[in-house]
Amino acid sequence: MFSFVLRRLASAVPTLFIVVTISFFLMRFAPGGPFNLERPLPPQTMANLMRTYQLDQPLWRQYVTYITNAVTGDFGPSYIYKDNTVAELIAKGLPYSLELGFYALLLALIGGVLAGTIAALRQNSVLDFAIMSVSTIGVTVPNFVVGPVLTLVFAIILAWLPAGSWGDGSLRFLILPMIALALPQLAVFARLTRGSMIEALHTDHIRTARAYGLPARTVVITHAMRAAMLPVVSYLAPCAAALLTGSAVIETIFTIPGVGRYFVLGAINRDYTLVMGTVVLVAIFVIVFNLLVDIIYGLLDPRVRHD
Amino acid sequence: MAAESILTVRNMKVSFDTPDGTVEAVKGIDLDVKSGETLAIVGESGSGKSQTMMGIMGLLAKNGRATGSASYRGKELIGLPMKELNTVRGAKITMIFQEPMTSLDPLYTIGRQIAEPIVYHRGGSFAEAKARALELLELVGIPEPARRINSYPHELSGGQRQRVMIAMALANEPDILIADEPTTALDVTIQAQILDLLKSLQQKFGMAVVLITHDLGIVRHFASRVAVMRRGEVVETGATADIFERPQADYTRMLLAAEPSGRKASPPDNAPIILEGRNVCVDYRTGGGLFKSASGTFRAVDDITLRLKQGQTIGIVGESGSGKSTLGRALLKLLPASGHIRFEKTDISDFGRSAMRPLRQEMQLVFQDPYGSLSPRQTVGEIITEGLYVHEPQLSRAERDRRAVEALKEVGLDPAARNRYPHEFSGGQRQRIAIARAMILKPKVVILDEPTSALDRSVQGQVIDLLRGLQKSHDLSYIFISHDLSVIKAMSDYVIVMKNGKIVEEGETDAIFDAPKQAYTQTLMNAAFTA
Repeated sequence: MFSFVLRRLASAVPTLFIVVTISFFLMRFAPGGPFNLERPLPPQTMANLMRTYQLDQPLWRQYVTYITNAVTGDFGPSYIYKDNTVAELIAKGLPYSLELGFYALLLALIGGVLAGTIAALRQNSVLDFAIMSVSTIGVTVPNFVVGPVLTLVFAIILAWLPAGSWGDGSLRFLILPMIALALPQLAVFARLTRGSMIEALHTDHIRTARAYGLPARTVVITHAMRAAMLPVVSYLAPCAAALLTGSAVIETIFTIPGVGRYFVLGAINRDYTLVMGTVVLVAIFVIVFNLLVDIIYGLLDPRVRHD
Repeated sequence: MAAESILTVRNMKVSFDTPDGTVEAVKGIDLDVKSGETLAIVGESGSGKSQTMMGIMGLLAKNGRATGSASYRGKELIGLPMKELNTVRGAKITMIFQEPMTSLDPLYTIGRQIAEPIVYHRGGSFAEAKARALELLELVGIPEPARRINSYPHELSGGQRQRVMIAMALANEPDILIADEPTTALDVTIQAQILDLLKSLQQKFGMAVVLITHDLGIVRHFASRVAVMRRGEVVETGATADIFERPQADYTRMLLAAEPSGRKASPPDNAPIILEGRNVCVDYRTGGGLFKSASGTFRAVDDITLRLKQGQTIGIVGESGSGKSTLGRALLKLLPASGHIRFEKTDISDFGRSAMRPLRQEMQLVFQDPYGSLSPRQTVGEIITEGLYVHEPQLSRAERDRRAVEALKEVGLDPAARNRYPHEFSGGQRQRIAIARAMILKPKVVILDEPTSALDRSVQGQVIDLLRGLQKSHDLSYIFISHDLSVIKAMSDYVIVMKNGKIVEEGETDAIFDAPKQAYTQTLMNAAFTA
């Protein structure tokens, strides 16, 4: 197990390197730059800025400088949020995003698995139909629609919950953004669970468990559920990535000071270093989650256990 | 035997609701299972033999319904609430299934799975139940039970898994053990071991066994009474000896006569050699990954030499994993192999894909699975003429169609079949389609990989007759791969017995069957013909 984790972490290094390289050049080949404003700057000012940030150097040298600095944890200064390094910006925003993301993941997972299981056990009933319809809506309606609608209903019309901001960090402030962020993922989990649960209930070993008189609850929970969780666990990694990118919209709508905003703002402003920093963050996040998924998968399924 | 009937089935029906209406799988049957006896329920696929037992055990699919009466020691089981039924099934009546590979939960240790029904029916802790599971594993002959109790199903062979299922079935000392085709998925030697085990355990525990099977050989040696089922009805019931010696129903007589028979004469001594393999070996790499190198090679076919003459049938027999199918594919250059392979006068050992292509017309392959090997989205006509596009592209549409009609007639199918899809045909008919697909190209050599194994006995006989007829009229040469000795005996004039990739014994069919020299061949024969 230990050597498995080590091997996986080792193979993450080339992956990260490739991701960083591709994004670095993609970003640079995009038209425009961090200091191209609506009203062009005087040429002299522009030249000074370019020199300050070493943007006048040949591209390959900038790339080498970036990589060598990044290895030591220095992701450079932000071009737009002056006086802040990228590392500082991320360190400041990350705790908010992590907390919101964690609750959203929990809600999506628990809610989705419950809804999916109920739908599978009552296959083709009205309840199944209702759960699946709602989850179709959850998948198809984008979160920039869900967010404002939730705000309108629960914050403005009913006035039960605050409309935005982190506030004092209490759960009240988190409920709406958490729901808006989790809803599409909850729907995916529900559909996945339903499908794999129905499949699991039709396997030969479930028939065996029934033939041996095990109570229905045991058959469903200890035998069918565990098998049905395997594809659900596999989806955890893409789900975590989706939550991270989803937070870009949600954090903007609910004015939460997380890192999600930096994805969009960084890209629009051609804030090269900030974009690179968020890319590295997402890449690490996805790699770690994939590793976690593989470990959990191994614990659930002895056939793929890692030695 | 005046033993009391412990399971009494009266006018039982099983029906399924399908989009095409209600289908009756079991049409009001009567059966009695007496205490301590072995009742065999015999029938071909679709006869309703399994569904009867599934109905009694409350295991029908969701769209299935059982009506009528099935009472166990006076307790009506049909319509019994699930909670009450759960006190009977797994305790008084237990069941083992056809699929040992999938009937156990892959995510739990076998010890835990044997312990589960003990805990639920008798109470007590899992630790106590595990101790009992250990005894049971020992009883069913699992080697090193103390270690194996913590194994997962995928770490065991098919035969061992079936032993685990038997241990589970015995755990609560049942009155009745229902065995649904318990050995069908197993190799012959393993089959015999499992049946012997069941027999000895039955004597030890004094339980009744209901054996559901299509295999008359097993019935003859194992059952005290037989019920023959056909299309949802019991056509005949009686003592085993009576059924075999004085079958009353026409269907029973037909089943008994369906055992493959006849022998094939050898081709003349001067017949030319059409396919020759010398020192053929096939290796597979095992293990390996991005940061791991391959950990070794596995030799699936080990130094095999064979010569196939024109008009000859070489039967290759062996258990699963013996390398017989791999050898067949290697001879057709469908797998990389070392050694020399010659087709007619041409050495094809080093031929690549494109060099082989013109020869493929003359060397055809027919597979075991008549369901998986035909594309469900093509019509039968498209399926069988596909090879013509490659090998005889100059043919006109009308000419191709004429060939398709000819090929279908030759395999005994209505030429109108070419406009229909595979799912509209039965297993036997599909195998005929697969044969037509090979025959349309007018091949010289056909490798038949278990072509009859997925078919019922009576259909098997027809396919064998068809293959023999085609061989005679076209002077074909066959390599016939099978695990089924009686089919091999009826088809081939020369037999090769394989084990672990090597030839154990080879010779004329008569010599191999009448006087096998090697111990392994003798074991195979004993297992197959005396069960």
